[in-house]
Amino acid sequence: MNVIDIQGATKVFNPGRSNQVEALAEIDLAVEHGEFITLIGPSGCGKSTLLRLIASLISPSTGSVQVNDKPAEQARLDRDYGMAFQTAGLFDWRTVTKNIELPLELMGWSKGDRRRRASEMLELVKLSEFAKHHPNELSGGMQQRVAIARALAFSPSLLLMDEPFGALDEMTREHMQDELLRIWKETGTTVVFVTHSIPEAVYLSTRVLVMSPRPGTIASNISVSLGDRSAATRDDPAFFKKVTEVRIALREVEE
Amino acid sequence: MNALKGFSAPVAAGVVLFGVWQGVLSLFNPEGFVLPAPSEIVGALIDNWDEVYHGARITGFVVVSGLVAGIILGIIAALLVTRFRTANETITPLAVAINAIPIIALAPIFNNWFGLTSPRSNQAIVVALVFFPIFINTTRGLTQVDRSQIELMESYAASRSRITREVRIPNAMPFFFTALKLATSLAVIAAIVAEYFGGRQDALGPMITQSAGLTRYDEAWAAVLAGTAIGAVLYFAVLVIERLAMPWHSLIRARIDEP
Repeated sequence: MNVIDIQGATKVFNPGRSNQVEALAEIDLAVEHGEFITLIGPSGCGKSTLLRLIASLISPSTGSVQVNDKPAEQARLDRDYGMAFQTAGLFDWRTVTKNIELPLELMGWSKGDRRRRASEMLELVKLSEFAKHHPNELSGGMQQRVAIARALAFSPSLLLMDEPFGALDEMTREHMQDELLRIWKETGTTVVFVTHSIPEAVYLSTRVLVMSPRPGTIASNISVSLGDRSAATRDDPAFFKKVTEVRIALREVEE
Repeated sequence: MNALKGFSAPVAAGVVLFGVWQGVLSLFNPEGFVLPAPSEIVGALIDNWDEVYHGARITGFVVVSGLVAGIILGIIAALLVTRFRTANETITPLAVAINAIPIIALAPIFNNWFGLTSPRSNQAIVVALVFFPIFINTTRGLTQVDRSQIELMESYAASRSRITREVRIPNAMPFFFTALKLATSLAVIAAIVAEYFGGRQDALGPMITQSAGLTRYDEAWAAVLAGTAIGAVLYFAVLVIERLAMPWHSLIRARIDEP
């Protein structure tokens, strides 16, 4: 069973107007359960647009997007996926716990269940001692971890991430990548991850999709099998080989 | 302890100011109409306490009732404008245009509408003056929302009203309170200036004009002092409500204040 099934999806913004933009052309994509997919490409290649199509935050101009064997719109209404953005998008007016509880509140969970779940999630992202803090008291990396905990709180089968580590410094970023991989392994979630960073894409994914711009298409599909990641992976010649492979693919689409 | 520290500096500055004021006047002893000494103003306030207190209650009622009505109307308009595109396209340009009118200049005209001795015209001036900053700032706060927070709520299939409650309204609170602090001082000014032209004759405004006309400057200043007190009390009340309504916001301050 495919978690994501996209057939011939295109997206044109402002059709028929002078500022018409053909953002995506004829995307076909199938993502299997448990995969970690990254979308990489130059700015304006439509990777965020593709992510939003999967999330049904926008709808395709033509073609179909299926998530969990139903239309993406239905999957959104069924809350089949969790989402995280470049800005953590936490609510300053809610404590860390209350931020994580937000999707659970919307889904009608009881107060006790929400509390229990939030504390489990805080343990998962190792922020238990900050449960009662407000987001503006936390560092950028900690805020991003809360956002991930929130996205995972209701155990969605799919996690959609739009450059979630883009605003973090290099050290925090590498740490967060390891955290994400640990969580991915522990929860068995399927992940679609948008990034600008080639090493990040290679380090995280089971499959890297290189996109070409104007209009966005999937130019190459690079499988990555590096086994369990660790600090040693980042110095592994096999890792560098994959980084080079992705870099060459990116260079080709930019020419 | 911190709160005490915050108060001590302005209080000390105030004491020095009044001391210098009193000292300079007793040295040079100019005519009373230039500036009465603080001691004379306080003396006039004590001598005319009943009248001034009564006037302050009348004016205070105009200020508070106008403020409350202006706030409610401003918030309703802001919610409508945020919710409905057509409302936005009709109300906002109109509001901006009306805002360009010097509303206080309408006081004599409002007196004709509502009756020369009715406090209604004064209230209407206060309402009109309070409405615009509240409306414009609250609208800004309701609409200038972090895009990812809206997308997040949409990803949860949250309803529109839920998004308004969970995201837009809390986001608008700092904007609203900034406008409210501006509006409280505007409201006092508006009420007293409007009272110069009409309304109840036992309010602070007429008291100022009449005392000044009869060269009782100390009494006029006593009434001004009462108006200042109304503004100060309201401003302080807004600060307290702001802290209670936005506990998360004071955290930002706490963090910045720490060395």
